[in-house]
Amino acid sequence: MKVVAFLCNWCSYEASIGAGSKRLACPSDVVFIRTMCTGMINPQAVLAALARGADGVIILGCHPGDCHYQNGNLHALRRVALLKKLLSKNGIDPGRLILDWVSASESDRFALVVNSAYNKIASAVKIASTRD
Amino acid sequence: MKRNISINPITRLEGHGKIEIFLNEAGEVENAYFQVPELRGFEVFCKGRPVEEMPQITARLCGVCPAAHHLASAKAADAVYSVDPPTTAKKLRELMYMAHFCHSHIAHFYVLAAPDFICGPEAPPTERNILGVIARAGLKVGGQVIEQRSNAQRAQALLAGRATHMAWAIPGGVSKALSESDRKTLVEWGEGMREFASFSLKLFREVVLGNSMYVDMIRSDPYALKVHNMGLVDRNDRVNFYDGTVKVCSPDGIEIDRYHPADYLNHIAEWVEPYTYLKFPFLKIRGWKGFEEGDSSGVYSATPLSRLNVASGMATPSAQEAYEEFYTTLGAKPVHSVLANHWARLIELIYAAERWCELVKDPEITNPNVHTIPEAAPKEGVGCVEAPRGTLTHHYVTDEKGVLTSVNLIVGTTNNNAPISMSITKAARGLISKNTEVTEGTLNKIEMAFRAYDPCMSCATHSLPGQMPLQINLRELDGKVIRTIRR
Amino acid sequence: MNQHKIKIASYWATSCGGCDVSLLDTGMKVLLLADAADIVFWPILMDAKEANVEAMPKDSIDLCFFNGSIRSSENAKMAHLLRKKSKILVAFGACAQTGGIHGLINTTDTKTIKDTVFISGPSVHNPNGVIPVPILRIPEGKLSLPTLFETVKSLGDIVAVDYYIPGCPPAVPRLSEIIDVIIAGELPPKGSVLGATDKALCETCYRIRHDRKIDSFTRPHLMKQDPETCFLEQGLLCLGPVTRGGCAEQCIRGNMPCRGCYGVTPGVIDPGGAMIGVLASLIKSDDPGAIDRAVESLSDMLGNLYQFTYASSLLKRVNKK
Repeated sequence: MKVVAFLCNWCSYEASIGAGSKRLACPSDVVFIRTMCTGMINPQAVLAALARGADGVIILGCHPGDCHYQNGNLHALRRVALLKKLLSKNGIDPGRLILDWVSASESDRFALVVNSAYNKIASAVKIASTRD
Repeated sequence: MKRNISINPITRLEGHGKIEIFLNEAGEVENAYFQVPELRGFEVFCKGRPVEEMPQITARLCGVCPAAHHLASAKAADAVYSVDPPTTAKKLRELMYMAHFCHSHIAHFYVLAAPDFICGPEAPPTERNILGVIARAGLKVGGQVIEQRSNAQRAQALLAGRATHMAWAIPGGVSKALSESDRKTLVEWGEGMREFASFSLKLFREVVLGNSMYVDMIRSDPYALKVHNMGLVDRNDRVNFYDGTVKVCSPDGIEIDRYHPADYLNHIAEWVEPYTYLKFPFLKIRGWKGFEEGDSSGVYSATPLSRLNVASGMATPSAQEAYEEFYTTLGAKPVHSVLANHWARLIELIYAAERWCELVKDPEITNPNVHTIPEAAPKEGVGCVEAPRGTLTHHYVTDEKGVLTSVNLIVGTTNNNAPISMSITKAARGLISKNTEVTEGTLNKIEMAFRAYDPCMSCATHSLPGQMPLQINLRELDGKVIRTIRR
Repeated sequence: MNQHKIKIASYWATSCGGCDVSLLDTGMKVLLLADAADIVFWPILMDAKEANVEAMPKDSIDLCFFNGSIRSSENAKMAHLLRKKSKILVAFGACAQTGGIHGLINTTDTKTIKDTVFISGPSVHNPNGVIPVPILRIPEGKLSLPTLFETVKSLGDIVAVDYYIPGCPPAVPRLSEIIDVIIAGELPPKGSVLGATDKALCETCYRIRHDRKIDSFTRPHLMKQDPETCFLEQGLLCLGPVTRGGCAEQCIRGNMPCRGCYGVTPGVIDPGGAMIGVLASLIKSDDPGAIDRAVESLSDMLGNLYQFTYASSLLKRVNKK
């Protein structure tokens, strides 16, 4: 599988560093991309990832209320809601796009969320394949 | 020796078309096949589309008659919501449509049909086009043709934002009203169109009816087709392009069917042949009996000639005069000469121009109330108009949100698929025999048989010097080419 | 003054004919073009054949307008042929540029289309289950039809394109200007888009933006709109922000929102993705429930965001289930 995960500089990226230093396992076929804020993730980039072969996209931002830029993460919330609907219209399981919140200190939660998202994507892909 | 004549491509047809003519050992036409090699699938990819988008989407079925689809679609969408648009909206739609008919009929007559009559069916191909027409009829006429068709397009744009592929009619009415200053412009253009329509008929009388060779052609058997006729008529049994009842008359002129457009499924059905992507509508009251003429056949025509044949007359004065002259001259009603469609088209042009002038002077026409918001739940609806090329039906079924779950379309030219096929075969049989030398002129005369139907792509622009479209490969039985005629 | 008459051709693939009508609508301009050029191939109005084009030397056509989508084997064959014979190949209109409205064919497949049109359609009477075939043997000989492609493409997807003229169809005043440029021999560098601006439609749109946000979306027939205010602010989807200008806002002046027929501005790859950014900015609420309701109120995201551009979007077609 190929999965792209967008992290935000102030929260989830920090958490990923913490998870790394604790040696918490994450699937090796996830590519992590650091952005300054989930609110700046271009929806076209999400579509491009899926169009070019990614099985899923994970977006991890700060908890609502904690965004370094006030409400960038809420902007991401709206974009992801729209993207999910668009994906389903295109015959792509919206479960392959996952948005969640992880704060800088939540390194354990980071690993949990990434693994759980990865498994969700894997099962969505499996169901689609068995249906083909 | 058996041989095959391939006419590929046919020119001036919506999409592409080709004709394959097969000759038997005696050198006579065994059979001819009219093939349409296109299939886009609007009836499938429009599923999932919201019904209010359909007038714009279905406009793209045809770039010459997009307004016909736009209005049939809007009427179907009205029916889906069971909403009745305000009277001003209906009048505006009809006004726009009259301008549209003018554009379409001018384009067909002057650029497609006129070269065959004004330059001659066997004139050199380099002359037999709009430039040849202008050379003979004069630059003044040419300029008028361009200006009047341009006004017809601009009139639609004035009303609806743009002429080709407008976004204007919506369920419940239209999106924009007509201002007083725009109305004045339309009055002026309407008057100009009326004069030009009258002039066009005069030109036809002089050039075509004044020439015994053309009159003989019009009356000749290769161009006759005795089939049923279909058209929309209003409450007074007169030709109407925007609304009415569907009326069907037999080849003898007797009314055999009449129905509300919403009921179309009980009256027409479509036959399929494996050699073409276009289906063959036929009358259920007769059933599909094959490519046959006559009363017992299910084949019918829906053309300008058909519209005149089924109606009792035209709803405006000069058009009515022209209508009476038409039947008096040709001696009987219904008229079966396919070439008489060109004449019928000019009578319709007069009607469209007169109706334009009437509507634009209607006291309600600038009323700002042009839309009623639908309240009923959307479900299912049929919309029907006369497209320039024939009766056009859009049938939509939607879910509770007004999103399409089923689409069925019976398009103007599609009605005429069987008659076109038959006219081509008949013309080929009449014009090619073992004693004929098949020339470019012969092939053009075969083309004239389908051209009269104005197959849905009459957008021919100003034609340019060039060869006529045809190449004949005469082959041995084993396929080896023994002779090629190009024109 | 340039004495040499350039050779011009025009061809239509899977097309509605509207692009040719638009050229006709330039009126006297087209006659000027006819005067300045030798039209060597233009099937809808003059009668050179495919065989004539095949016989032409390579690059002997100076400029070829090509409109229509690539939907069948016939379309692809002609695209390759005309590319070979033409010095300059112009993708004329939305279908050639982006696949146009025929891109929506990519929401379905050929089998479904044939089954619906020839078998299950409500008006079909086909007791023998006949479906048209590419090669048919008949007593008299053989008949052939082109094969239909599963996925519709733009011209640029299969051959190199030199210029693009956007629009469905391109606006008549822009075509007049383009004809002037061609006659004068003053075409810009290859790769240019002609008859359209690089800026979004919003730049020239007369409607007023108040920077309002909305709770939900609506549809043009279900509301009484304010003809002076931005559509988006009234909850009506309008693709102005991601669409090139040049059309003079014809639809907007008709009080209907833009559906993007001029294609995307240079910075945009996918109009749906780009519009999602716009729509997310429009939605007022931060509450997930309210956001979901707003998203739910948006009709036909696929058809409305990609009405003319689906074939050239990132996802290009609907996954088969």
